[in-house]
Amino acid sequence: MPSNRPITPSTLSVRDLPWQIAWNKDKCTLCGQCTAVCPVHALELGVFRKRTVELPLGIGAPPENRTQLFYGIRQRTDPAFACVGCAMCTLVCPNGAISPHRSDDADKLVFHRDRCGVPRSRGGRRNTPGTVLDQLKFIRISMLTDPALDAGRHEFEIRTLLGRVLPPEDNLKFLRQNGWVPPVREIYPLMIGGMSFGALSPNMWEGLQMGVAYLNEELGMPVRISTGEGGCPPRLLRSRFLKYVILQIASGYFGWDEIIHAIPDMKEDPCAIEIKYGQGAKPGDGGLLMWYKVNRLIAAIRGVPAGVSLPSPPTHQTQYSIEESVAKMIQSMSMAWGFRVPVYPKISGTSTAMAVLNNLTRNPYAGGLGIDGEDGGTGAAYNISMNHMGHPIASNIRDAYLGLVTAGMENEIPLIAGGGIGKSGNLAANAAALIMLGASGVQVGKYIMQAAAGCVGAESDRCNICNIGQCPKGITSQDPRLYRRLDPELVAQRLVDVFLGFDMELRKIIAPLGRSTSLPVGMSDALGVSDYHIAERLKINYVV
Amino acid sequence: MCRLFAITSEEPLSPMVAFEALDVMREGHDGSGVGLFLRDLGGPFEEMKDAPILSGIFTENGLKRLDTFMMNLGFMTKYKLPIKVSRTPPAGIPKRDIYLVRAYEYPEEWDGLDQQELYRRLVNVRLQLRKMGEAEHDMMVFSFWPDVIMIKEIGEPMKVAQHLKLDRKDLKARVIMAQGRQNTNYAINLYACHPFFLEGYSTMTNGENTAFIPIRDYLQSRGVPGYMGYQSDSEVFTHILHYSQKRLGAGIELYKHIITPLQDGDIEAHPNAALLQSLKQSCRRLIIDGPNCIIGCLPDHSLFMAQDRKKLRPGVVGGRPGRYAFSSEICGLDAAIPDRDKSLDFQPMHIDTAIVGPNRQEVTICRQTAPLPLPR
Repeated sequence: MPSNRPITPSTLSVRDLPWQIAWNKDKCTLCGQCTAVCPVHALELGVFRKRTVELPLGIGAPPENRTQLFYGIRQRTDPAFACVGCAMCTLVCPNGAISPHRSDDADKLVFHRDRCGVPRSRGGRRNTPGTVLDQLKFIRISMLTDPALDAGRHEFEIRTLLGRVLPPEDNLKFLRQNGWVPPVREIYPLMIGGMSFGALSPNMWEGLQMGVAYLNEELGMPVRISTGEGGCPPRLLRSRFLKYVILQIASGYFGWDEIIHAIPDMKEDPCAIEIKYGQGAKPGDGGLLMWYKVNRLIAAIRGVPAGVSLPSPPTHQTQYSIEESVAKMIQSMSMAWGFRVPVYPKISGTSTAMAVLNNLTRNPYAGGLGIDGEDGGTGAAYNISMNHMGHPIASNIRDAYLGLVTAGMENEIPLIAGGGIGKSGNLAANAAALIMLGASGVQVGKYIMQAAAGCVGAESDRCNICNIGQCPKGITSQDPRLYRRLDPELVAQRLVDVFLGFDMELRKIIAPLGRSTSLPVGMSDALGVSDYHIAERLKINYVV
Repeated sequence: MCRLFAITSEEPLSPMVAFEALDVMREGHDGSGVGLFLRDLGGPFEEMKDAPILSGIFTENGLKRLDTFMMNLGFMTKYKLPIKVSRTPPAGIPKRDIYLVRAYEYPEEWDGLDQQELYRRLVNVRLQLRKMGEAEHDMMVFSFWPDVIMIKEIGEPMKVAQHLKLDRKDLKARVIMAQGRQNTNYAINLYACHPFFLEGYSTMTNGENTAFIPIRDYLQSRGVPGYMGYQSDSEVFTHILHYSQKRLGAGIELYKHIITPLQDGDIEAHPNAALLQSLKQSCRRLIIDGPNCIIGCLPDHSLFMAQDRKKLRPGVVGGRPGRYAFSSEICGLDAAIPDRDKSLDFQPMHIDTAIVGPNRQEVTICRQTAPLPLPR
């Protein structure tokens, strides 16, 4: 850039960007694959001029200037095209000539991400590595006073309940009287949380559904998957695999016209109905599917026109109070399936969770409560909502569980924890910690995308472009040119790997605690932490 | 590990039978304490089956406070078992002022109360006494119930028996339960000593209870005043038994279905699948995870033994019509009932509950996979 050329406030150098692309001219063969694959077009053709001075050997002959051109790539510095660090260029480069690197300087791009007055929105999770859950240890080890169990060979029954469980007195009474007993599902405590058809690519969805079916039918693991807000493909609604699916209804009601019309044709009841009132990644905000991803297929399933953004309202518009929101909606949904399907609300982690829970304790149709903590992931949300809004899951779940204990209802309303479980890779440890704090089960979404499909998003603001449909791995894209990169069969296989690995790790945690025949829900004596204040807050052991 | 011994006999027996059995099993316990439960009493108590008997340990001051408290309520002493101990107890046994076993006459105002109300009040009196004792450290109350005596003390069981001179004509019972070695998880506290007792139900347990905290939390939230204490993780077994029978109206055959339910596949194949599935779900917080051998006594004087799902603790039942014993080890059984048909000894496994009913004529094995004896 000439020194006298005007600069705009948003003129940045490569140095100012969070991701900088290192390119090696000597290795590059100019094949162009990196520029073709870059999802944000951060790379462009670079034409470089090179001057060499040649000194002839003869005496008196003057030195000569020679100017050459050579070609390569240039990193764009316009904020709209800033590198997201996904490293797809590295992945496709046949010679290993290119890779993005995280800048060692402070990010300046962050100040320029609200062009046209539109603040940044993105996919992914809160950009804060680590969680309190990672700090919790399992300290009650059986050895001599009670023998340790063999995680590999002992019999285990790792199951949890989803649905309203009656107190034993009432349950036996209703059974005797042939009365209505609320539906309860015995399921695997690790559930796949709501990632909608629309947010995920068809290949990703298909892979997950195939994996879940395999886990259930071949391995006998009753794993359940939530649809998220976006409906459900018509053929799945009419198949026997629906029993492995939790249908989610949220404030946009997307896809529910199709679902309601399919009820008479359903061969099986769905596992449960999840009413989404809030989401950990963007508390107080509704779902969001940006226009890039609303193609004809998605539009048809959701019952909307193609090519328009689909922001769900932050709340269910037909309702104005907690009684409306919770009681009537739960009852309506229960009635739709003849009171044979558990219905439970899911809220984002919040300091008001106890008020919701207290309301549910008085509602005989409430089949559980999902709480999604601040570390939850999403396909699209405003950066501000993701990074700064929300409540950590650990204390929310603990308070809710202890609240139920005080009310004597700890076995009656299952608590399902979500939000950043396994965000550092410690899926089983985080899940077990939440279960011992009082959760009956846990929901994961982002972890599944990372482990089963190779999502590169991380807590270092890498990639995170799920919202614009340019997912370089084809996980959250609706563009066939992108999602054909993802083989559904392999996603299914990886999903099975993840669940089997999780199952063994969970056993490796609970077997030394001497537990095998029932999930150690609320077994807080097994938990310890070396931070005194965390221990006090969560009412667990302080250990150093 | 703890060692357990229980015996039921048509003829009243001296508690020394149990102490001798614990003594032959002493390699299996560390002699840190003993608990004794006597029921269906013989001797002088035979004549006063309905009179509530208070069992406990008191200081001089505690006894004065007890007397004042009981007199204010209108209780009159009916009979007292004099236990005189030497001034210097043997090594390992603490010095106590008074070991009290005293039968009372009910207050006149209680006349005409129905049994349920009467029993409720007895529990309340015991809990009040316990609270008073915990405040001033001057009394420990183990039971206050008709036809039941409980004695607990720290120390080698046989030494304790000799120190308290329990080998006496006026102390006999047809049902005896005893446990050697007390809980090592927590500081030795006599309230942590097995057996535990609540409203006619008593159990003692071998092994740690790994699911203690969630079970305790659940029981404490049931709103039953007697569900308290929990100095030992084994106390919950007594309370689960009480809960299953008094609140759920379940028979002993369902006890094991509550604490160690069958796995789902077995439930599906069970003729009472619907009931068992409901129990498993609604009583999920009462599922124990072992390793435990539980021996218990019901208000009708039945004795039973149940193992947890892992069956990691020893336990055997044997005897002859008229006299049966439950023991951690066969040598304990041999010591108590040598003249039995040993080929009929039975070691309950992971789905069995062994029961000897009040008539003491046979051992009934209740297997979880068998149909339940429910009214049609």
